[in-house]
Amino acid sequence: MSRVLLSGNAAIAWGARLAGVDYVPAFPITPQTEIIETLAGWIGSNELDARTVMFESEHSMLTAAGAAASTGVRVFTATSSQGLLYAMEMLYSVAGWRAPFVLVNVSRAVAAPVTLHSDHGDVLAARDSGFLQLHAATCQEALDLVLLGYRTAEHPDVRLPALVNLDGFLLSFTREPVELPDPELARRFVGAFEPGASAFRASRPVSQAVAVLGGGPYSYFRYEMHRASEHAGTVFADAAIELEAATGRANDAVECYRSDDAEVVFFLIGSLSTTAKDAVDRLRESGTRAGLVRPRLLRPFPTAALRSALHGRRAVAVVDQDLSIGSGGVLHAELAGALHGQAGAPLLASFIGGLGGRRVGVDELCSISGEALEAASAGRPPAPRLLYTEAELREVRKLQAIAHEERHR
Amino acid sequence: MYRIRLHGRGGQGIQTGARILASALFVEGFETQDSPLYGAERRGAPVSATVRAARAPIRERGLPARADLIAVGDESLLGVAAAGVLRDADERSWLLIRSGVAAEIWRSRLGRSERVATFALEVEEGAELPLVGAACAGAAARMLGVVSRASLESALERELAALSAQARAASAARAFAAWDELAALAGCVTEEPAPIGAPLPRPDWVDVPLDPADVAAPDIRVPLTSVQVRTGLWRTLRPVIDDALCRRCSWLCSSFCPDGAISIDPDGRPCIDYDHCKGCLVCAAVCPPHAIRVEREAGRATEPEKVG
Ligand code: SF4
Ligand code: SF4
Repeated sequence: MSRVLLSGNAAIAWGARLAGVDYVPAFPITPQTEIIETLAGWIGSNELDARTVMFESEHSMLTAAGAAASTGVRVFTATSSQGLLYAMEMLYSVAGWRAPFVLVNVSRAVAAPVTLHSDHGDVLAARDSGFLQLHAATCQEALDLVLLGYRTAEHPDVRLPALVNLDGFLLSFTREPVELPDPELARRFVGAFEPGASAFRASRPVSQAVAVLGGGPYSYFRYEMHRASEHAGTVFADAAIELEAATGRANDAVECYRSDDAEVVFFLIGSLSTTAKDAVDRLRESGTRAGLVRPRLLRPFPTAALRSALHGRRAVAVVDQDLSIGSGGVLHAELAGALHGQAGAPLLASFIGGLGGRRVGVDELCSISGEALEAASAGRPPAPRLLYTEAELREVRKLQAIAHEERHR
Repeated sequence: MYRIRLHGRGGQGIQTGARILASALFVEGFETQDSPLYGAERRGAPVSATVRAARAPIRERGLPARADLIAVGDESLLGVAAAGVLRDADERSWLLIRSGVAAEIWRSRLGRSERVATFALEVEEGAELPLVGAACAGAAARMLGVVSRASLESALERELAALSAQARAASAARAFAAWDELAALAGCVTEEPAPIGAPLPRPDWVDVPLDPADVAAPDIRVPLTSVQVRTGLWRTLRPVIDDALCRRCSWLCSSFCPDGAISIDPDGRPCIDYDHCKGCLVCAAVCPPHAIRVEREAGRATEPEKVG
């Protein structure tokens, strides 16, 4: 094992290389393109024995990924933002085919307006598709989750594609120290993809149902996907234990940081969690018992682990880096659903922040924890807060003034 | 933790410079992080990159709230408001500028009583190497005082491995020249101590108001905005049409210019709009009689940005 400086994108490429992928259907989009470039470079220099094909859209790319995975080869692909949305129809289809592969999404906020920076509006739009969903907080995790993604997705009782998410810029282009697993260890850990009887072969047609179904059979197949996804939680947990034994790195479905005795807990996903750890330490120094509970696994939703991690806490500050327009934070709604009616459940306070790369700093997190605790004392959840500062509003007012002047010129 | 920001233009190797600096610190045993920041367009456009280094794992990400050292590889950026070079400079920050103008002149220009240093670097015509970034890395490494010459050398080897031996040597020479030039300031940049316990001020939060849709929709329905943005500031190389050689074919260069920056006057003479030409040199490549020559922008872009 060696410790090297890798960007999140390079770490992902290494994950795919160490997993021994066979086929990489591709379509470029910022900030993901570097992943495919890196893999293509290795394929070109014979360091990776695989094929890559450039498609004319993400929709075709995903179709090719699902079709190839159905033949039993190991497939890797990646996209971002609008690309993920453009492929959305096929996300549902290939998951329905029970075609296992790893799709990496480098989070970038969706248009309109356009930005290159990260939030989770793109990846959360895929949460109901049948893909497993894994969220990385560091470049190291980005690599580890690709390996865990293959292990879980290809398991004979799961056979669902896995989506590994990393935040654009904050991880994709950020280089930090990463332990590269020994290639032999990685190969043994991921194992061979054994598609068994489900592999599609030319001239050997197999059908498992008819093409157009009524509600009863349709429900059966969707329920089976749901059962498989739930079961993926167990498969993931076992694989994570094995990876930890080999590398010393924990990758539990839910990461808990100083949350055991915490009165207030941050609940969020992705790379913001490293900032949240700084906020937790800072709050503890000044006498507030703060903690962090952060799911790595979002599909299947780790309901049981979250219930037990949050049991007996006074308040949870949910920080969504997404906004379901007209409703609120997606994570907040999901967590509220999981905790509703549970004895000893904490009060939930909802905060929306980090849209389009908007910075959520330690200062904001510290204030957020205070608001959540006050709400817990009052016994009433506060209205969801859309995090925004006067300085930010001033900046927009200035842009609007300039644009308005031009419009009427 | 050390927080260092490098500024330059796309194509000057600023991201590579940040990588070299982070790598050198990593070799010294620091935990490091380096990350570039850029928009949709790169070559010639203002870019920056951040390097962090600490003795413990780094959890902070993205743009730092402040920097201990701001290294500027292209002095013309100090006149470009959008580049944000001085955005977070405070009295603890050191400012390092690649410039032939003396540090005390920059101090008076910028209204700073101290902590401004300069280094010189000539870059040859058409150089396509990360020379500026490498020099910034060498200078910054010296100013930190915690990087040995050997660590810088090993970082240069690692980070420039993809280049030819000649290109590697050229970049390394610039890095060491800058390293030598900053000898007198070795160790001047110090680590910001971790904040202990002090409560942070509450953010100046506001409730976002409900605005009428014709204000709140981000629509751009007028062409004027792209005229206002002088993308010509991104140019590092300038196409110049030689009227005597031009055959007035009157369509090749103007049709191929991806920015529509070449118009044809009534006599069929092509004319380049330098406020918007980005210097991609497509025109020079397609011109059959080779009537478009290439000049370096050097020093031309120092006029301050026109706003509005
Ligand atoms: S260099 Fe030539 S082709 Fe390129 S933007 Fe300028 S005028 Fe147009
Ligand atoms: S392509 Fe060359 S010859 Fe034709 S108009 Fe442009 S400069 Fe003149």
